[in-house]
Amino acid sequence: MSSHAANTDDPHAALEPLKKTSTGIENKKLAMWAFLASDCMFFGTLISTHLIYRKVYPTVVEPTEFFDIELTGFSSFILLMSSLLMALSVSAAHKGNIAGMRRFLLGTIFFGLIFLSGQVYEFNHFVKDAGLTLSSSVFGSTFYVLTGTHGVHVALGVLWLSCWTACSLPKDWAWYTLRGGRFLWLPIRVIFAPMVGRYKHENALDVEVAGLYWHFVDIVWIVIFTAVYLVEYLPILGF
Amino acid sequence: MASTVETEHHAPAPAEPVRDGIWRRPLKNTGLVGFLTTVDHKKIGIGYALGALFFLLLGGVEALIIRAQLMYPEQELISARTYNQLFTMHGTTMIFLAVMPLSAAFFNYIMPLQIGARDVAFPRMNALGLWCFLLGGVLLNLSWFFPGGAPAIGWFAYAPLTDRQYSPDMGTDFWIMGLQILGIASLVGAFNFITTIVNMRAPGLSMMRLPLFTWMTLITSFLIILAFPAITIALVELMFDRHFGTYFFNVEGGGKPILWQHLFWIFGHPEVYILILPAMGIISEILPVFSRKPLFGYPLIVFSGAVIGFLGFAVWSHHMFTTGLGVVATTAFAFLTMLIAIPTGVKIFNWIGTMWGGRIRFTTPMLFSVGFIWMFMMGGFTGIMHSSPPVDAQQQDTYFVVAHFHYVLIGGSIFALFAGMYYWFPKVTGRLMDDFVGKIVFYLMFVGFNLAFFPMHILGMTGMPRRTHTYKSEMGWDQSNFWSTIGAFILGVGILIFVIQIVYAYYKGRKSPKDPWDSRTLEWDTDSPPKEYNFAYTPVIHARDQVWEDKYGVEAKRMEKIAPGKHGIHMPDQSWWPLITSIGLFIACLGMVFHKQPIPLTAEAVFGLEIVIFGLVATFVGMVAWALEGPGGFHLHPDPAEYADATPAPEDGHGHH
Repeated sequence: MSSHAANTDDPHAALEPLKKTSTGIENKKLAMWAFLASDCMFFGTLISTHLIYRKVYPTVVEPTEFFDIELTGFSSFILLMSSLLMALSVSAAHKGNIAGMRRFLLGTIFFGLIFLSGQVYEFNHFVKDAGLTLSSSVFGSTFYVLTGTHGVHVALGVLWLSCWTACSLPKDWAWYTLRGGRFLWLPIRVIFAPMVGRYKHENALDVEVAGLYWHFVDIVWIVIFTAVYLVEYLPILGF
Repeated sequence: MASTVETEHHAPAPAEPVRDGIWRRPLKNTGLVGFLTTVDHKKIGIGYALGALFFLLLGGVEALIIRAQLMYPEQELISARTYNQLFTMHGTTMIFLAVMPLSAAFFNYIMPLQIGARDVAFPRMNALGLWCFLLGGVLLNLSWFFPGGAPAIGWFAYAPLTDRQYSPDMGTDFWIMGLQILGIASLVGAFNFITTIVNMRAPGLSMMRLPLFTWMTLITSFLIILAFPAITIALVELMFDRHFGTYFFNVEGGGKPILWQHLFWIFGHPEVYILILPAMGIISEILPVFSRKPLFGYPLIVFSGAVIGFLGFAVWSHHMFTTGLGVVATTAFAFLTMLIAIPTGVKIFNWIGTMWGGRIRFTTPMLFSVGFIWMFMMGGFTGIMHSSPPVDAQQQDTYFVVAHFHYVLIGGSIFALFAGMYYWFPKVTGRLMDDFVGKIVFYLMFVGFNLAFFPMHILGMTGMPRRTHTYKSEMGWDQSNFWSTIGAFILGVGILIFVIQIVYAYYKGRKSPKDPWDSRTLEWDTDSPPKEYNFAYTPVIHARDQVWEDKYGVEAKRMEKIAPGKHGIHMPDQSWWPLITSIGLFIACLGMVFHKQPIPLTAEAVFGLEIVIFGLVATFVGMVAWALEGPGGFHLHPDPAEYADATPAPEDGHGHH
């Protein structure tokens, strides 16, 4: 809003003008809440599709035969812990601790990537060892499209947080990313280099909004993990 | 609201030059570049309106070809397949490309003015919505030019007809991907409108002082964000069935076609209210103005609008009574459907109550509004008939249903949207539309519409099935079909005269004062057409019908005005990125259509997912550049004469944004 507020060192002062709305809630945050309400319906539709077909065809596929619940449980735990790191990133951002925020963001991204690797491994295992593909059965169709959509959400989240991590790097990093770092391949350099050094205190709001998205994607995974994986074990446990 | 480093276009020396984008931001706000890069909600609203009117004419021509084919029994004017394509494209075009965007045109143009906002919350996202709408319409209609032509699946595209086996051509893929882009347009628009209405109201404009049209915009936006995901996912599932061999709706692999019906109507029924609630909002603005009375029962109209929206999610299966849902489900859905008659009836009684005892002026907008009440009620009555499952079983898939929904969609939505166009045209263009010609248009449309669609009730009762290419003379349907076709052409003539009139009035119409109708709401307090910055001052609201109170009310309810601060009024910068992002999406969707499909010239499948990936990368680059560019912004300094009666801004103020 005002340039003098944006240049201040006080993160709270930088964020204050954004709250001058009819409700006192920042516009971006409100829009994100509306998007998340909408996203609930996206996942609701996919989860219903999966559960309906599970009920219609209870015995065609026996998922517990190939599910690796220890691995999925572990990656679910990692994803939940990434939410903790995300919360710490937002907290650091609001305190104006940019270096701390960057470290926690990197942690969140790392945990997100572990989760995605778990999913890639799992899909690979299901396709190669269990013969479960998009067209092997309706279960394959609903399972891959549902968990795949969630995976895409996590991947987009990782991309989003990576952008903010790049933004939060100090300005002199731009030189490394453009010229020095040979290990960074070209597209990443082209995309991320212009972001370096752009983070301002008022962007704490943007990190918080990205955090809302990240937490939401985690919460959806709790529902998917329960509805797609855990309930399959109820008969084994005698329920 | 915008959080950014500001470049002061008007200040002599900017403190620090900012190069945020890949190229310089466009500054020219006229001509083609000005239009392609605009972020002004008013220009975007006009863009929506022009696009919607074009598609209204296109869908209208499709309808007239259909009616010409049915004019006489056993005609072969067009082939059965072309006929199927025409009714599919007619329905899809009218719903997604004509009525919805025409409503969106009013959301865009009128709503920010009604709440005293400078613009919507996210001006660039608003532009993205416009481009996605236009490109979605283009994508859908591109299908005509490819082998197999347009989709022939009906506007609700029931499985298993949409399976690759039964609809092998690309038309269905164009339909799927076109609707996907249009869904994005509706969704980004809705997020924007919700944020704008909830967060950017002028000081003193509490929710229960909002003009009814703004209220209905809000409720419609909530319906959009909660209903569209169902069809988005259904379309994704259908796309996977057709391209990647899944079995969501494919019977062969165990899929259940009935699932498509559920998912489609979970979206489809709220969609009906997405089409009618904005119309109800427009009517609720116009009736008080021309009755010279406040809206009767304002809170009841607001709440019944919300109740209609809420119940809209609980009645989808009444479209599926004949599929055999079971007694309990059928009863429950019948009961809930009947329940919707209550809030709708409340609204109709309130509108009648508004007119009752008023000093009514029968101008063109008022005629369309009164026509709306009557015609919408007719459609509502047949709607109540369908809510009874045994009656519905008789009427399912007959012309009775066609009559019903055309009464609510033309007699309802279209009449109200025409009322809105006549009502707000002077505000948008600063020129008046001739009332006499307007009345001719109304009567032509009214007579033509009733002549076209009333006989369809009888046709349906006597068993004429919907979507039939032709019929035998012995069925006794000749007379009704003949007159129905005559009526449709009269309706078409009415709309044609309207188009000529609107073009004429734009260039040659008499100049309009800023408040030609003696209106009641805030948009009439600013210039006609409004300046780029909408209001030169921040309005402080003290009453529901603020402009009316300013003219006739007591001193205590008059509007206060706050002058812009010394920085002037903050304006967002124009941008190329919404257009580029939407083109990226368009390419990705087109690539999905071509995926493994024989395309012209090669007659062989040449594309995998290359085009899709290219399009998605373009979209991503567009979004990143969009974010890096930032909202930008500059300050405008309106002529002090425009806010001569305003109180000075407080010291820290920057005027309203």
